[in-house]
Amino acid sequence: MGIWVSFFAVIALVVIPLVGAQGGGQYFFGIFIPYVAVLTFIIGFIYRVVQWAKTPVPFKIPTTGGQMKSFSWIKPNPIDNPSSTGGVIVRMALEVFAFRSLFRNTRIELRDGPKLDYGSNKWLWVAALAFHYAFLVVFIRHFRLFMEPVPFFVGALESVDGFVEVGLPRLMISGVVLLLAALYLFLRRVAVPQLRYISLAADYFPLFLIIGLATSGILMRYFIRVDITSVKELVIGLVSFHPTIPKGIGVIFYIHLFLLSVLIAYFPFSKLMHAGGVFFSPTRNMPNDNRARRHINPWNYPVKVHTYAEYEDDFREKMIEVGLPVEKE
Amino acid sequence: MYNKGLVITGIVIFVVFFTSPFLIGLVKSGPPPEPELSPKAKLAKQCVEAKEYMVESHMQMLNDWRNEAIREGKRIYVATDGKEYTVSLQNTCMDCHSNKSKFCDQCHNYAEVNPYCWECHIEPKEKL
Repeated sequence: MGIWVSFFAVIALVVIPLVGAQGGGQYFFGIFIPYVAVLTFIIGFIYRVVQWAKTPVPFKIPTTGGQMKSFSWIKPNPIDNPSSTGGVIVRMALEVFAFRSLFRNTRIELRDGPKLDYGSNKWLWVAALAFHYAFLVVFIRHFRLFMEPVPFFVGALESVDGFVEVGLPRLMISGVVLLLAALYLFLRRVAVPQLRYISLAADYFPLFLIIGLATSGILMRYFIRVDITSVKELVIGLVSFHPTIPKGIGVIFYIHLFLLSVLIAYFPFSKLMHAGGVFFSPTRNMPNDNRARRHINPWNYPVKVHTYAEYEDDFREKMIEVGLPVEKE
Repeated sequence: MYNKGLVITGIVIFVVFFTSPFLIGLVKSGPPPEPELSPKAKLAKQCVEAKEYMVESHMQMLNDWRNEAIREGKRIYVATDGKEYTVSLQNTCMDCHSNKSKFCDQCHNYAEVNPYCWECHIEPKEKL
């Protein structure tokens, strides 16, 4: 169900600029939509982050994958179960750059009747790494269109990315890896019954969107080419706030741009916010020093208490009268 | 808000990073290039194919030319309008477009395109 909703939503997102990006419509899809999308992305991102930052964390959540620091004769794991800020920074960096929690992914299978089999499953980790890093490379490569003059590292990255020198324009490995990894991430949701069961439209939609984005980009680079100089003129116009629509850019560019605009505008309201959310994961960003330092629940309100000393002050005379023992005479 | 200092630092890094093209674009942004036709190209009026096709797909054509000439020995290209051209970057293309730095390089530099033509071919000597 969700899969078809997402699929046809993305198809619609392709058809809209295909039909609309003609004549005056080019100003709408080439200038108005990208500006709105960038604004939505930045404001929405900040809004979500501030919302998270306002949320109190009532407990330390030491769900960790290692031995905590305790007695001197028990060897602690300073990265998987850090007790200091330094350890937390290392753990967070490994999570952000190497997706360590995906590395721990396991698979459970029923084998030969009532026998449960646990095994390591690294495919998700491999595909996620490939996907994210390929996307990063593709993103950085696009800076050749955002900046004039082009920063030096873009050309360097491009020559590494295209070192197989297949075809003209040169085949970029990152583009192929990005598309294949995104396809794998989609296929695993369809092929694994358990995953299919828990997958929602919100899981399929970003995948289809990114697959569409990558496909339109690859089509534009290798098959239905557009005049890249005019494209850069348009993009430079956008970033320098002198927007122009150069004549004769093929509609495939407007499809690519529209899919990107939808992706970044959708970003703050979707699961894609894990980019910012990972820094707010209590299981990743808190040192496990439960026993060394008291964590006070920030939403604790001041509780009205009536201590025994106060109680005794109230009733001392009466207590002495009936012969009850008192602490203070 | 909890951890105010850290969160605000993070937000500032995020905003600066994602608006950097705009911030840089505000300060400086070069004008689009204007490739110049050599007198001979101007006289010819028509390239091998239509201008729009050449602008978008000349690299594809050069790639096909190379493959056909080197691998199949096909040295004659018949254009859409029936005209025949010798398949040769140096003797056909660069004969008209003899001003590489004012023609090819203009757009290539603008869009950070580094064609590897000149790893094998000799760049034409330009009369400056």
